[in-house]
Amino acid sequence: MMEPLTDAEVRELSNRANAIRQTIIEMLVAAGSGHTAGPLGMADIFTALYFSVLAHDPKNPDWVERDRLILSNGHIVPVRYATMAHAGYFPVEECLTLRKFGSRLQGHPERTRLPGLETTSGPLGSGLSQAAGIAYAARIDEKKFRIFCALSDGEHDCGNTWEAAMFAGANKLSNLTSIIDRNNIQIDGYTESIMPLEPLREKYLAFGWHVLEVDGHNIPQFIQACGEAKAIYEKPTVIIAHTIPGKGVRGIERDYRWHGKPPRKEEAAQFLNELRTLRGQIKSEHQ
Amino acid sequence: MINSEMKLLADLFDAKTQAPTRDGFGTGVVEAAEADPRVVVLCADLTESTRSLEFQKKFPQRFVEVGVAEQNLAALASGFATYGKIPFIASYATFSPGRNNEQIRTTISINRVPVKICGMHAGVSVGPDGATHQALEDMALMRVQPNMTVISPCDAEEARKATIAAAKTDGPVYLRFGREKTPMMTTIETPFEIGKANVMWRPPAGGDSPRVALFATGSLVHNALIAARDLDSRGILATVVNVHTIKPIDRETIVREAKAAGAVVTVEEHQVAGGLGSAIAEVLAVECPLPIEFVGVHDQFGQSGTPQELIAHYGMDVPHIIEAAQKAAARRTA
Repeated sequence: MMEPLTDAEVRELSNRANAIRQTIIEMLVAAGSGHTAGPLGMADIFTALYFSVLAHDPKNPDWVERDRLILSNGHIVPVRYATMAHAGYFPVEECLTLRKFGSRLQGHPERTRLPGLETTSGPLGSGLSQAAGIAYAARIDEKKFRIFCALSDGEHDCGNTWEAAMFAGANKLSNLTSIIDRNNIQIDGYTESIMPLEPLREKYLAFGWHVLEVDGHNIPQFIQACGEAKAIYEKPTVIIAHTIPGKGVRGIERDYRWHGKPPRKEEAAQFLNELRTLRGQIKSEHQ
Repeated sequence: MINSEMKLLADLFDAKTQAPTRDGFGTGVVEAAEADPRVVVLCADLTESTRSLEFQKKFPQRFVEVGVAEQNLAALASGFATYGKIPFIASYATFSPGRNNEQIRTTISINRVPVKICGMHAGVSVGPDGATHQALEDMALMRVQPNMTVISPCDAEEARKATIAAAKTDGPVYLRFGREKTPMMTTIETPFEIGKANVMWRPPAGGDSPRVALFATGSLVHNALIAARDLDSRGILATVVNVHTIKPIDRETIVREAKAAGAVVTVEEHQVAGGLGSAIAEVLAVECPLPIEFVGVHDQFGQSGTPQELIAHYGMDVPHIIEAAQKAAARRTA
């Protein structure tokens, strides 16, 4: 099990998450289209992954023994781009090319365009399959690296997600940890009114998974859960991370209408100001 | 006459030896796996009928049973390939690339990973299973995806070679196979190169030039050869080209043989829209517009019946090919 983080380390990670949120707002405004709520809601988890959990090397993205992070719900890729830039994969300024002609930062992620992406995604429901494929293949070769898959709650409407969940459970892919962004929203509204997913925990238990639930904005708790997942044998682990869509910006939080649109310039100035003045002060509301 | 350079079976017209092209996949994938430890097979609950059984027995660690889940089959394979394996995914063509088309597009083609999609039971010759199981649009689905190679072998031996060649190719490949036993035409010595069409029959050198070129793919190459022999006796000299690779299409051979003949017939067990006929028409429309007749399925679904009944009913038997060739030859301008 990992050593618990010190208060200073937690503060540093929170500051990074705040900076990443600012980059997300800036890149979305520059792009003029894209998704806002999801990327902001996953900023703490992506910060924790890239700055604490994952074994990776930004200078050598093809390092064979690296941990793999598969992003299934490709539409939240701004959080990945922003976090990768802050981690040193490419200059932060390049984030402003998001969704522009000729950019490596496509509207939805393409593996062949930007080193470090692992897969191509956007159409929902197939990321967990790809992660399971890597996990199974790596097990054949007795590789020690771990495979993480970030997916949305909404894409649990897709049959393909459950095909993959069944496969990973049946094959006891213990090197696989999936992280569900349980923010309760999807394009048309709240998940439980569009197509209820609950009881989600019990569904995964029935499919042969080890299930953990965390506050997705409590960075030490999430890191602890990833450590626990590593210690689970004979089963894949799913971390149901309860997140607040749009977390960090009061005008966006919990509003499903922010799922698929970017902030306007005037709004962004206000949002950035809010983030900057709260720098280092963002605390989980579940604490 | 038979093109001797192709080293074809001497008695191919007797159709004494017959085998389903899926058998060629079965032997080919084992050979590919012996040569390259990265080769794995993923199967969607059709191990025996996709001829994956031998592979499963020989390489149990490299065989993955996915169950009846073709979307998972494709996306899992993408993961295997991203990691560094060379996955062959085996199912029926109506399900893969039918049901999982989007997963193939996103996770295999855009992602440009070397997954080999093996669609079995293609065409109406599946027979009694009926329309739901008779893939007639699979080549069209695969041909329109950038980065994808599309191969439709003419017999079990060519299917074996195609499978081995696919394993050695970097990108994604679609391989099309049939269920029924069909006549063997090629031998171990017959050349096979992805993207290189084979001229199987041509008028004797030094004599008259051909009046029609038959471009055929899959097991119907045999019908095209019989038709060509028959046309010969009716005074219409023909060329038969086995277009085993639908994409990338062999522009050079197609233009050369079409120009030499002045009229063209395409022959495929597939919808004319989007398949071999379309691919050849696209080339000729740009390079040398010529009269073309299309033998294949014309915007219809199949139905239950014997393979022979269905091939005849949908207009792909020898008399229909002869008729199409006569029509095309009659439309020649010179």
